[in-house]
Amino acid sequence: MSAIQDYPSRLTDNASRKFETFSYLPAMTDKQIREQVQYIVNQGYNPGIEHTEVENAMQNYWYMWKLPMFGETDVDTILAECKACHDANPDNHVRLIGYDNYAQSQGASMVIYRGKGFK
Amino acid sequence: MAKKGYDAGVKEYRDTYWMPEYQPKDTDILACFKITPQPGVPREEVAAAVAAESSTGTWTTVWTDLLTDLDYYKGRAYRIEDVPGSDDEIYAFIAYPIDLFEEGSIVNVLTSLVGNVFGFKALRALRLEDIRFPIAYVMTCGGPPNGIQVERDKMNKYGRPLLGCTIKPKLGLSAKNYGRACYEGLRGGLDFTKDDENVNSQPFMRWRDRFTFVQDAIERAEKETGERKGHYMNVTAATPEEMYKRAEYAKELGTPIIMHDFFTAGFTANTGLANWCRDNGLLLHIHRAMHAVVDRNPHHGIHFRVLAKCLRLSGGDHMHSGTVVGKLEGDRDSTLGWIDCMRDRFIKEDRSRGIFFDQDFGSMPGMLPVASGGIHVWHMPALVNIFGDDSVLQFGGGTLGHPWGNAAGAAANRVAVEACVEARNAGRELEKESKDILTSAAKHSPELKVAMETWKEIKFEFDTVDKLDIQHK
Repeated sequence: MSAIQDYPSRLTDNASRKFETFSYLPAMTDKQIREQVQYIVNQGYNPGIEHTEVENAMQNYWYMWKLPMFGETDVDTILAECKACHDANPDNHVRLIGYDNYAQSQGASMVIYRGKGFK
Repeated sequence: MAKKGYDAGVKEYRDTYWMPEYQPKDTDILACFKITPQPGVPREEVAAAVAAESSTGTWTTVWTDLLTDLDYYKGRAYRIEDVPGSDDEIYAFIAYPIDLFEEGSIVNVLTSLVGNVFGFKALRALRLEDIRFPIAYVMTCGGPPNGIQVERDKMNKYGRPLLGCTIKPKLGLSAKNYGRACYEGLRGGLDFTKDDENVNSQPFMRWRDRFTFVQDAIERAEKETGERKGHYMNVTAATPEEMYKRAEYAKELGTPIIMHDFFTAGFTANTGLANWCRDNGLLLHIHRAMHAVVDRNPHHGIHFRVLAKCLRLSGGDHMHSGTVVGKLEGDRDSTLGWIDCMRDRFIKEDRSRGIFFDQDFGSMPGMLPVASGGIHVWHMPALVNIFGDDSVLQFGGGTLGHPWGNAAGAAANRVAVEACVEARNAGRELEKESKDILTSAAKHSPELKVAMETWKEIKFEFDTVDKLDIQHK
């Protein structure tokens, strides 16, 4: 058994902040992101994009990027819109949401582009 | 009036209560009992006796029967079936008119259906297998104070199971040390920590001190991780007055969730607390101590799916469901059946999952099933596959037993659950590819790697005692 390691999270270190689902995994590769977008489409969720400054990530409401893409099933279109949001707000977290209008909830929510200072 | 005059004496139950021609109404409460009759008692008579003793009847005719319309109020045994795989048991289906039960009172329903009749001498054993609450009755009950959708919004958790941990040792920690154990788990990535069920307010740790220190742990972990956290503050107490006092203090602290043991405390206390939670905006976690006393014996008692339906009507946002894979009893298909009863809007009859009736919950919110008891990271792929996103996966020893401590144990489980969800979404088969999924996730998480080494060999492979009734001859 390896020697005991300290758990490195710190109040003073902004990079210790998490941002919910998938924030404990390494940033996804392009291939992985594409698979997740395909999942959102397959589930019949409506994709929506939001972004915010990293220090405001814990708040309920992030900036909505345009409107949710109701009925959009083309993965490339969705990915292009995420990239457009990222290009316009390069320092922000950009998350992709899959709205489940039957459950009246978000069936999926994941940060696709991590904001400044986050790997 | 059918006939003139009053005949005293004892009539056979089946003359009045066995009605094979009866078509159950949409408003009837329906029950399926598994009955082991005493030798020599005809099956129609025993089914009718159960219908009588759980509704209007008693052992002899009484003149006051004639003052009412008993034919309207009586329970009716309307169907009998063989129990697959058993020679001496039968299923009896009984319909009760909705007028027999006070609105919104699970207490009243159970007092009739599982009251005196369970001690009835003409039966060797009796088990309430399933119950159908008509939508008309469901709508008189408060149900879960918040429900799954509201909980997700409040806690900001989407697209994955929630992650919890019961703090151990169960008993004996001081409030401050206990809060430390919570803090470590929460900062490592858990969504919730939990009071063990028998932690109430013992001399070594009074409830007020525990709540205060644990709230401090929650707030610091939230600041540190940027995520919403909670701890199921157990408000179960000796009296309702004391229970509400504790709940009020939890609310004053601004904590998001409290906890109750519904079976030891009883449905009266539980329904009251659920209403209080709805009024005050707190989530309600429900533990089920004592359930196995009544639901584990396959011949006698009450099946857990009945308790789950009753609790959903009484009110709770989380309910322990068993894990299938951990240290506690629970057959896989049967478990899938009762977690449907906790979460879904409409559950169709499905004998392969032990569901005897269609059940419509209408607009009543669902509860999150909580899988807890002897689970660790190696179980994660199976758990995500069995329970899906709408669940709480709770690792006690599987968090706190990590060689590097609670934060590392929590992080290991969080990485594992996210890796499983990510893989599932990508179309991979979790249970088949479990080793590969966890091993690749561990490359980026030393905490997960160590957890996997620690619990590699632990399995709980005992046969289930309470199985579904299936033909095995």
